[in-house]
Amino acid sequence: MEVEYSGEIMTLNMGPQHPSTHGVLRLELKTDGEVVHEAIPHIGYLHRCFEKHAENVEYPGVIPFADRMDYVAAMNNELGYVLAVEKLAGIQVNDRVRYLRIIMAELNRIASHLVAAGTYGLDMGSFTPFVHCFRDRETILDLFEETCGARLLYNYNWVGGLMFDVLPGFEKRVIEFLDRFEPLVNDLNRLLSYNYIFVKRTAGVGILTPEMALSYGVTGPNLRGSGVKFDVRKDEPYLGYEEFDFDVPVGRGEFGPVGSCFDRYIVRIREVLESCKIVRQAIAKLPPGDVQEKIPKRVKPAAGEVYMRTECPRGEMGFYIVSDGSTKPYRVKVKSPCFTAMSAFREISRGAMIADIVAIVGSLDIVLGEIDR
Amino acid sequence: MNPAEIVARLTERFGDRVLESKPDVVSPCSVVDPASILEICRFLRFDDSLLMDHLELLGGADYKDRIEVVYVLYSMTHRHRHVLKVRLPRENPRIATVESVWRVANWHERETYDMFGIVFEGHSDLRRILCPDDWEGYPLRKDYQFPTRYRGMPV
Repeated sequence: MEVEYSGEIMTLNMGPQHPSTHGVLRLELKTDGEVVHEAIPHIGYLHRCFEKHAENVEYPGVIPFADRMDYVAAMNNELGYVLAVEKLAGIQVNDRVRYLRIIMAELNRIASHLVAAGTYGLDMGSFTPFVHCFRDRETILDLFEETCGARLLYNYNWVGGLMFDVLPGFEKRVIEFLDRFEPLVNDLNRLLSYNYIFVKRTAGVGILTPEMALSYGVTGPNLRGSGVKFDVRKDEPYLGYEEFDFDVPVGRGEFGPVGSCFDRYIVRIREVLESCKIVRQAIAKLPPGDVQEKIPKRVKPAAGEVYMRTECPRGEMGFYIVSDGSTKPYRVKVKSPCFTAMSAFREISRGAMIADIVAIVGSLDIVLGEIDR
Repeated sequence: MNPAEIVARLTERFGDRVLESKPDVVSPCSVVDPASILEICRFLRFDDSLLMDHLELLGGADYKDRIEVVYVLYSMTHRHRHVLKVRLPRENPRIATVESVWRVANWHERETYDMFGIVFEGHSDLRRILCPDDWEGYPLRKDYQFPTRYRGMPV
């Protein structure tokens, strides 16, 4: 398509209150007509200085703060923090705790990817898939609610164990959900993923090349969408993920260049099915045991420091914790996957149309609570 | 490469500019000379046996007598990790930017500047990123005084 440039640059603010920025994000767009020359993200509207709070509470007290970073996938956030503290303090947990943590983390991953897919459809002008996604997510939230009483911010993973054991019949209800849910992914694909308009809007838009993705430290589904097969669960397993049989889907560029918005989106849909596989295997192997036997009365790791990363739905979440030997962490630094993905945004969006900016922001699947911390 | 080999490779190349190394702790690390940080990072990034192409984390830590900048590096090719640290004075800490090695360092360094007041020399766009532009002080410093008012509004 031929575009005529007038050369007159207009500055347009998109956000901070805008339905398709997925939170309070401000994008400063330098536009020439419909073409965006430069999109400069301004973040920090949700900054609560989580890291300062963490220095002033005891180790277990940080867990609820970790929940509130990426509030769409709180189970995965607290898991990362708890694993980092356990690694620092040298605490081993039993198999039941490990398997339950994996089940919860993967269920939360499914729920989070459903939100991502649903709201992405909404961004692209398709309302029905959103309702379907939220219906299925609701079942997962019900399962969480019956286990720990909360639907969004769980405080379920504790250092050395779990808050509660699951209720009797939990396994059966999870399997029932998976049996019902797995065929529905095909419906979602027919409704949204391979919808002609959706493919036209996303394939070939917002290309993130593998080199650029690595240089910008982009991780998770966004990196895999660029065709790089890297998943912390596979390549640096924690919690015993190596015992499970699952694939790591990568973007294949079915409808255009590899690394487009479509690739990032479809990787998430395929990951949902992989998570279902993991949950089924974990349920089958779930051993009996006590989930609270190893919870220490006071967590007091020896002086030292640790870096631990886990695969969250949005990418690698890393915790760098420094201990001075007291009951409070001396320093907690979080590597947020959305933060690094957003730093690549300026590069990806150069030369895009204004409507494509919406497609690019949605495809990165950002949660501002985690970017701003 | 295991941590001891990485430390050996670093010391072989940079000698006494690697000030201290701990290869056998939970997260193996090396403390290096702040003046050679860019050179050491380039080496770690492009040397064939190291290829640390993924800057996982860049952050600061305030230790009352000094400020540390921490670089957690990972190689996607060789699947190994190393932590680099530099120690800076608390008064007017300055260090060269590694933006030219990993582009993600741009935002990480802005955040570290915002939170600790560490100036990254040669940075293309060193502004506050999470706090408002006119915010005073550096919140993650241990002696930070919480403000009672911001632009005349009580906080």
